[in-house]
Amino acid sequence: MTVQTEQTKQTEQQHFERTIGHEQRIEPRDWMPDGYRRTLVRQIAQHAHSEIIGMQPEGTWLASAPSLRRKAILVAKVQDEAGHGIYLYSAAETLGVDRQDLTEQLIDRRQKYSSIFNYPTLSYADVGTIGWLVDGAAICNQVPLCRSSYGPYARAMIRVCKEESFHQRQGFELLMTMMTGTDEQRAMVQESVDRWWWPSLMMFGPPDDASPNSAQSMAWGIKRHSNDELRQRFVDMSVPQAEVLGVTLPDPELAWNEERGHYDFGEPDWDELSRVIRGEGACNDERVARRTQAHEDGEWVRAAAAAYAQKQAHPVVEERTA
Amino acid sequence: MSLETAGDVKAEWPPYEVFVRSKRGLNHVHVGSIHAADDEMALRHARDVYTRRNEGVSIWVVPSASITASSPDEKDSFFEPSGDKIYRHPTFYDVAEDVPHM
Repeated sequence: MTVQTEQTKQTEQQHFERTIGHEQRIEPRDWMPDGYRRTLVRQIAQHAHSEIIGMQPEGTWLASAPSLRRKAILVAKVQDEAGHGIYLYSAAETLGVDRQDLTEQLIDRRQKYSSIFNYPTLSYADVGTIGWLVDGAAICNQVPLCRSSYGPYARAMIRVCKEESFHQRQGFELLMTMMTGTDEQRAMVQESVDRWWWPSLMMFGPPDDASPNSAQSMAWGIKRHSNDELRQRFVDMSVPQAEVLGVTLPDPELAWNEERGHYDFGEPDWDELSRVIRGEGACNDERVARRTQAHEDGEWVRAAAAAYAQKQAHPVVEERTA
Repeated sequence: MSLETAGDVKAEWPPYEVFVRSKRGLNHVHVGSIHAADDEMALRHARDVYTRRNEGVSIWVVPSASITASSPDEKDSFFEPSGDKIYRHPTFYDVAEDVPHM
C-alpha cells in the first residue's frame, strides 16, 4: 500500500517536472509540490496586496487633480489597480486559499506588499512619477510573469500588463506636460524623480546573492529573470526616457558602459529596503490602517448584500417564520 | 472573527466563474472569477472587473460550485476512448493527389 502511494507520488512528481520542462503550464487541479504551491500563494497574494494598497498613494490626489481630464484619468487608473488586485486574488484562489483569509493576513501584517507603497506622495508630480517609474518597474517585473509556469497567474498577468501600459504612458505624459510649464513645475518634477528613483530600483528586490528563494522560483518557472537582471533592464530603459523628459536621475555613478552594453549604476541603500520591509517605512502604519478601516467600514455592506441574497433565495421560508 | 455577521447570515460572498464573449461570432471564454452575494451582483462585478475596456459584448456568470470538471488524475483513462480512433481524422485516408476539392 505504502509502496504504491510512494510510486504514485513519484509519477506525479515526474509528470509535474516534465510539464515545467516542456514549457507547458501547470493548471489548478494538477498535482504540484507543496513548496511550489506555497511559493505561488505567497507571491500572488503579495502581488494582489500590492495592487490593493497601491490605490492609496495616488488615491490621495484624486480630489486635488488639477483638471477634470486628469481626475478622470486618475480615477480610471486607481480603479484598474483594484481590478488587478481582484485578478490576482482570483488566481490565488485557484490554489485553494480564500480571498478573505488573504485580506485578513494583509491586515494582520502576516503577508506583505511591495515596499514602494510605503513612501508618501508629497506632490502632484508624484502621480506622474509613479506612472513613469513605479509602473515602469512593475512592467519590467510583470512582462516575464506572463510566461510564468502557473497558468492562472500567467493569464492574470497578461491582463494586468495590457492595462499597465496605459498607466506608464499617462504618467510620462503628465510629467512631460509639467516639464513644458513653469520653472516651478519643472522643479516639482525633478524633486519628485529624486525621491522615487532609488525606491523604484528597490522594487526588484534584494541583490541576487541576498535573494534566497530566487533560484528555486526560477527552476520552477514561477520567475523568469533574476532581480539584478530586471533591475539592469529597468535602468537601461529609464535613462533615455529621463533624457527626453529633461530630468536628471539622482545617481552620480550612472554612466554608459560600452563594454557591457549597459548602464552602470550605484548601489541602492539595501538597509533602507530592509527597514521598509520590516514595517519602518514612512507610511507602513498608515497604509495598513487605511486598508483595515476600509475593510471594517465595508462589513455592513457585505452583510446586508448577503442577507438580501438569502432573503431573495428563500422568500417562502422567510414568510413562515415571520 | 470580523467576517461573521449578525444572526446566521454569513457575509462571505460565494465565488462565481466568469465567461466573456469578446465579440459576436465567438464563444464565451473563461476569464477568471469574482465574488458576489447573488447572481445579479455577480454579473455587475464581472462587468466592472473584466470588461473595463470593451473586452466583451456578453457575459455569463456561473457559481463556481456548480461546475463539474474532469479530474486531471484520470486524464489518460478519461480521454483514452478518442486516443486510438485515428480514423476519425481526415489525414487517416489516402486520397490521390489529383482528386479535386478534397
